[in-house]
Amino acid sequence: MDELKRTPLYDLHLALGAKMVPFAGYDMPVQYKLGVMKEHLHTRAAAGLFDVSHMGQVILRGDDPKAVALALETLVPVSVAALAEGRQRYGLFTNDQGGIEDDLMIANRGDHLFLVVNAACKETDVARLRAGLEPKGVSIEYIEDRALLALQGPGAEAALAALNPAVAEMRFMDVATVELMGVEAWVSRSGYTGEDGYEISVPEGAAVALAEALLAQEAVDAIGLGARDSLRLEAGLCLYGHDIDTTTTPAAGNLLWAIQKVRRADGERAGGFPGADIILPEIASGAPSVRVGLKPEGRAPMREGIKLFENETGGAPVGRITSGGFGPTVGGPVAMGYVPSERATPGTRLYGEVRGKRLPVEVVTLPHVKQSYKR
Amino acid sequence: MKFTEEHEWLRVEDDLVVVGITSHAAEQLGDVVFVELPEAGTTVSKDDEVVVIESVKAASDILAPVDGEIVEVNEALVDDPGKVNEDPEGDAWFFKLKIEDLSVLDELMDEAAYKKFVG
Repeated sequence: MDELKRTPLYDLHLALGAKMVPFAGYDMPVQYKLGVMKEHLHTRAAAGLFDVSHMGQVILRGDDPKAVALALETLVPVSVAALAEGRQRYGLFTNDQGGIEDDLMIANRGDHLFLVVNAACKETDVARLRAGLEPKGVSIEYIEDRALLALQGPGAEAALAALNPAVAEMRFMDVATVELMGVEAWVSRSGYTGEDGYEISVPEGAAVALAEALLAQEAVDAIGLGARDSLRLEAGLCLYGHDIDTTTTPAAGNLLWAIQKVRRADGERAGGFPGADIILPEIASGAPSVRVGLKPEGRAPMREGIKLFENETGGAPVGRITSGGFGPTVGGPVAMGYVPSERATPGTRLYGEVRGKRLPVEVVTLPHVKQSYKR
Repeated sequence: MKFTEEHEWLRVEDDLVVVGITSHAAEQLGDVVFVELPEAGTTVSKDDEVVVIESVKAASDILAPVDGEIVEVNEALVDDPGKVNEDPEGDAWFFKLKIEDLSVLDELMDEAAYKKFVG
């Protein structure tokens, strides 16, 4: 196995008493001294600081920003050309089979586009961008000298505004260049917990000072990947490689909201991305199985891989759980997974097989916990 | 108190063997969110999986440390699994076993040996 990589905050994690685990090739904090449950609840009640420096940061540039946006549209079924300066949106890299290669954030930062992609996919994403966009005159800059921090929770605004009040003016999915602790930070008002908050890209040499300045505030605690996972699960957000992958289409993944009208059939810039011939017709016809929220009726968590059945006995599995566990804010088990589209109506009862026993689970509307973005 | 390599503690109370998991085990598991107990009256053999315990991270089993009959289970843990983290070696016992010969406990580790075992 290759040596695990470290983020600029590695030593700080150790000093904070983190339990480190391998994640996407990095040695990352899964939890700190508080433990997953308290870290989760603290984020929803106050503010949590997450090290997400393992994620990939990429800049796309060209002579004409509009041409760069249109070039990126050949890889994602998203309207990039209509994304206003200072705004960000969620996107998907698709493949020729209509599956999802990765999910990402796309920000229009004026003279360039700034992308944040998943850690496990970043090398292939950069290769995909180079192969697809360089021939179109787009330069791809893979940024490896900046850290990425996420500050999430109802206390995030006050905590970051203490360092620069300008961030309080930002709204959900705004992006801005802001000075923090004397360095240039690329800030977006977004995150992956369902809470209000920010993602902050800073030069790696400034990351520890910024993290320490935030952690010095009463409201802010360091939060590990364990709580990040339960927070995003409660918020109904997909974990790439689990809830969506190369075999799930946007319709199956319940991600059609990410495909703007202009890229759909009859749209002004319809299609023109990998798998459009499969993805677009499926918007009308529907996918045979779809991602839904699932709420186990008992107390037993239903985790990834649990098979779902229509009845308490007999029959073949009709679906499966792709993410599941205990939701600290819900105070019980929560999950998401794939079920046949005719069984996807909220209120439908299915059975998850846990340790050989079929336990009832209800299809529910996502998110499990209401998102509280500052729109 | 006696200890097993499976990180259980055993303590004799009124001729019954009370079984729980050690503080070390509770800490390793993380926040416990679900406990499934056996029925009182169940006869068990050493190493039978008798309790299912799930933490925020994963599911694990608690094994019967010795042969015997489960005569009482700690139902309070079902409603409040977090007790396992709060007081693993006190209130958060899992079950009480009636065993034929208490001397089988002599073969288990004492506290000093267990401490050495977990390093």
